[in-house]
Amino acid sequence: MKPGNKAGLFEKDLSKTLLIKELLIKGLLNFFAVISISVTMGIVYILSVEAFLFFSSGEVSLWEFFSSTEWQPVINKFGILPLLNSTLMTSLIAMLVAGPLGIFAAIYLSEYASDNFKARVKPILEILAGIPTIVYGYFALTFITPFLKNIFGHEVVDVYNTAAAGIAMGILIFPMIASMSEDALSAVPSGLKQAAYGLGATKLEVSTGIVVPAAVSGIMAAFIVGLSRAVGETMIVALAAGAGSNFTFNPFRSAETMTGYIARISGGDIGYDTVDYNSIFAIGIFLFLITLVLNIISQKIIERYREIYD
Amino acid sequence: MENNNILNLKDLNVYYGAFRAVKDINLNIQKNKITAFIGPSGCGKSTVLRSINRMNDLVEGTKTVGEIIFQDRNIYNRNVDAVSLRKQIGMVFQKPNPFPKSISDNITWGAKINGYKGDMGQLVEESLKSAALWDEVKDKLDENALRLSGGQQQRLCIARTIAVKPEIILMDEPASALDPIATLKIEDLMKTLSKDFTIIIVTHNMQQASRISDYTAFLMTDENRSGHLVEYNRTSKIFINPKNKQTEDYISGRFG
Repeated sequence: MKPGNKAGLFEKDLSKTLLIKELLIKGLLNFFAVISISVTMGIVYILSVEAFLFFSSGEVSLWEFFSSTEWQPVINKFGILPLLNSTLMTSLIAMLVAGPLGIFAAIYLSEYASDNFKARVKPILEILAGIPTIVYGYFALTFITPFLKNIFGHEVVDVYNTAAAGIAMGILIFPMIASMSEDALSAVPSGLKQAAYGLGATKLEVSTGIVVPAAVSGIMAAFIVGLSRAVGETMIVALAAGAGSNFTFNPFRSAETMTGYIARISGGDIGYDTVDYNSIFAIGIFLFLITLVLNIISQKIIERYREIYD
Repeated sequence: MENNNILNLKDLNVYYGAFRAVKDINLNIQKNKITAFIGPSGCGKSTVLRSINRMNDLVEGTKTVGEIIFQDRNIYNRNVDAVSLRKQIGMVFQKPNPFPKSISDNITWGAKINGYKGDMGQLVEESLKSAALWDEVKDKLDENALRLSGGQQQRLCIARTIAVKPEIILMDEPASALDPIATLKIEDLMKTLSKDFTIIIVTHNMQQASRISDYTAFLMTDENRSGHLVEYNRTSKIFINPKNKQTEDYISGRFG
């Protein structure tokens, strides 16, 4: 309140300019909030409409979509299982790489590394996560695949394969898992560690017996966010996992993922309003639902974990 | 003073970086007695306590000079393992800090890492009984310890410490976060425990020190903010007939 104001100390300043300014700012902020929400809703709307067109075209039923193991748009076979299978395979391989790497790196950073070292390494981890994913795609194709060929044999490993894509994806998401898990480990109250040391525990016993279990929900949330990133990752699988659907559990075979298919079709010369074109929206909305569910689960886990130490 | 020493502090100095937090402490702790460290905030009483089981080692930049003799050895000798030392000199902290595990797991965790081979159920029952907590929790041993009240949590922390069967229990203001009734329970418990354990307690509360301790050490800061020992004697002597003017001023509430 301005000192020269004649109104009493507790009275509102009702001068028009101030009122208008307040309203303007509030309106502007409101507008931006509405934009971000409406864009999201717009995306969901478009996805839904196009997916509806796909399912109402009569070419494919919902049941067939989710149960058929063949995805051959050319001969009107739209079973999502081969694409889903290879998405899950690449994601699983990625998690097999990123999970252990991430958690061990996190334990090292939070419990063993000096503050100085940690301050230098954490930003580097975050830079690693900022490398364009297409670079990881090349890396998979030109380094990991030849590497796998040398180990397992040139006939065994295809040029495009889900293993190489999965491994590259694992390297991509490992810094994120490490960083998030490290946050969870560092949030464990130091009183707990002191109590454990006071009972005659070694550093390893404190880390694995007290700190990791106390941070387990944060670590699980990190894993789920990592998994959701892997499921939605496109560039690496489009480049390294191969084109053309293939229902196989062999990680050394070429098999297109859901995202890989969407990338290929939407970049190609297929006309609008064809069933092929609409099919990518059906896959898109399914993909969206998977990552949405994963993100909700991780949110719930984090919420529960916050309650413990309040 | 009787000569039943379990612990001798000789010219103990503790530095945090360049700052001398504790200066030339000489103290003999009596076995199976309760010794209280009192003094104004920042006088180094917690620092002395934490140097006794080498918890200060965990704070980067801490340096300890001087000797603490326990079982005929200086615990700061290079060949003394701080981890196994802490099995014999346990610690209870200011803020109750049970592990986010079940009540019985809180007791057995320390025993397990120390290679305890006996019956775990029996250990849980014995420890909880010694900590006067058994009757309150015997029907919910599998419940998470964080659901207990503050006073119960603190007694669980004491039970957890007892389960490792240490010689000495260090207590760093164990009742300062608790209400008066829970505090009384802890004090009664300490009296009982002193039959089997040597207890050293840091406290802000002079009534508490006079109620429960057999010996009292009064610490003060000097002009450089370093803590030093002003007077150490039987609690009755310190509180009724202190030799030092500063002690008298402090216990009569003239400062602190």
